[in-house]
Amino acid sequence: MSATAILQALLNGLMTGTLLAVPAVGFTAIFAVLRFPNFAVAAYATIGAFAAWWVNTRFGLPIIPALAVAFLAAGLAGAVAEKLALDALRPAGALTVAIASIALNLVLENVVRFAFGNDLRGFDLPIVADLRFAGLRVGLQQIQSLVLALGIMAALLAFLRWTRFGRAMRAVADNADLARLKAIDPALVATVTIFLGAGLSGVGGVLIGLDTSIDPLTGYRVLLAVFASAVLGGLGSIPGAVAGALMLGISEELALLVFPATYRSAVGFAAILLMLTFRPRGLLGERAA
Amino acid sequence: MLSYLVFTLTIGGLYALLALSLNLIWGGVGMVNLGLAGFFGLGAYATAIATGAGAPLVVGLAAALLVGVAAGGLVTFATLRLRDDYLAIVTLGFAEVVRLVALNERWLTKGSDGISGIRAPFKAELGTAGFAWFYLAFVTAIVIAVWLLMRRLDRAPIGRAMKAVREDQELARFAGKDVLRLKFQAFAVSAAIAGLSGALYAHFQSYVAPDHIQPLITIYIFLAVTAGGVGRPAGAVLGAYAVVIFLEGTRFAAEIVPGLQPVQLAALREIMVGMALILILRLKPQGVLPERNPPAPRPAA
Repeated sequence: MSATAILQALLNGLMTGTLLAVPAVGFTAIFAVLRFPNFAVAAYATIGAFAAWWVNTRFGLPIIPALAVAFLAAGLAGAVAEKLALDALRPAGALTVAIASIALNLVLENVVRFAFGNDLRGFDLPIVADLRFAGLRVGLQQIQSLVLALGIMAALLAFLRWTRFGRAMRAVADNADLARLKAIDPALVATVTIFLGAGLSGVGGVLIGLDTSIDPLTGYRVLLAVFASAVLGGLGSIPGAVAGALMLGISEELALLVFPATYRSAVGFAAILLMLTFRPRGLLGERAA
Repeated sequence: MLSYLVFTLTIGGLYALLALSLNLIWGGVGMVNLGLAGFFGLGAYATAIATGAGAPLVVGLAAALLVGVAAGGLVTFATLRLRDDYLAIVTLGFAEVVRLVALNERWLTKGSDGISGIRAPFKAELGTAGFAWFYLAFVTAIVIAVWLLMRRLDRAPIGRAMKAVREDQELARFAGKDVLRLKFQAFAVSAAIAGLSGALYAHFQSYVAPDHIQPLITIYIFLAVTAGGVGRPAGAVLGAYAVVIFLEGTRFAAEIVPGLQPVQLAALREIMVGMALILILRLKPQGVLPERNPPAPRPAA
């Protein structure tokens, strides 16, 4: 195995990891505030991807405004769906809400299937040549996605750190009862978090589908990788989800130097098992018991 | 029509086994298995490979049980001490890995072609129709046996200890129950039952392929157990047959609705399944046959 192949794998892993970080952050943010693993992020990623694809191919919107549409569409779908379907179940416990979110995911995924069918859809993008340097190859499209993903995450971190609402979200994630004492409305924070988390999943769905194609299972296919990123980084930790996604992206690409490419999603499973065995709270999480 | 009914009831029996499997851990110790389809597939492949190599049917079924237990150990060993949502995530991944292995390890599983020609017991002697009836009786007998076993377990001291774990692990531990051991045992037995269901499926259809490891099956079983009543074995069985009848019923309903593509009809069906699960969790979480809690025995005066 040449050094170039390993370098190329590292580069690819960094790319896929950065894109994966976007939905992983969405998932882990919802977990941090609402304390349940939300399986419906798969459907939100799919909804975002289809919304962006629709405005892109139908109205010729370039990719950045299409991403904004994806964010809004998925965020709105998330906020409405969770209000209707999951809100009332919260007292029954995290596991019940998680199971209901699987059912919700099934419903939403099939709404997309009902509207658009099972066909693969491709985005309408200008074709650009790959960049080559030192024997490595990288697509301009990928670089654009990478920059967009980094920009989105920077915006999110700034929002959490410096805005009033961002601070309120972190307060609820830290200690919901204490936050309530400080006159923070947990219901409002929950709704905004879901909007944000679902919206980010939607953006992630677009970024991941951009250089291949999308179909109603686009979100479901990355669900395991999203979970793995969040678990690796520590469930509920936003910087953790970014670190976890990068780690998973790189592990996947390195593993694929040895294993057939079809085993990609098995890497996520193996990573989850290893992390939970040796350090269940993840890289940057607090606790897991 | 009659043969269709026999077929549907046989599938209902296989679902009932999966529902009993889920009910044992979910209704018992409060764990979930989102990879039921994976355990089902594992059992199917285990017996297909074992009997394909010349082992008798009983050995094939035993292999399915054992592989189920081993896989149950694999997914629980890392998560048993953690919050239960970690197990949910791990089991979901497990089902995907089973599917990937079935798809890729052609030397063992014949890849996407699947394994065909799996031995169907007494099919040569009984003919196609006779075999269908025989197999229905066989599966139903196993469902009844497993149901009785689960009911017995439910009412035994260990069943009560399990439910104590479900309600409050800390309290159960304080009361001297070995929480980890109870959870592990429950999950291992549950995984074995799911594997058995898959093995029975393999010998029924004489064919198993990676496509049969569908995440949807898992959701159907969650619907069955929730609808029937979590924590009550009879509820799980009833729920499973109800779900199969509902799924088959929508096939006929589909013929009435005009102007829809087949893919849209399938999508509608899954939408209904998902909504049904949410609605039951919301409106009647205890299910049709609610769990029965026997009154605590009077302390001796």
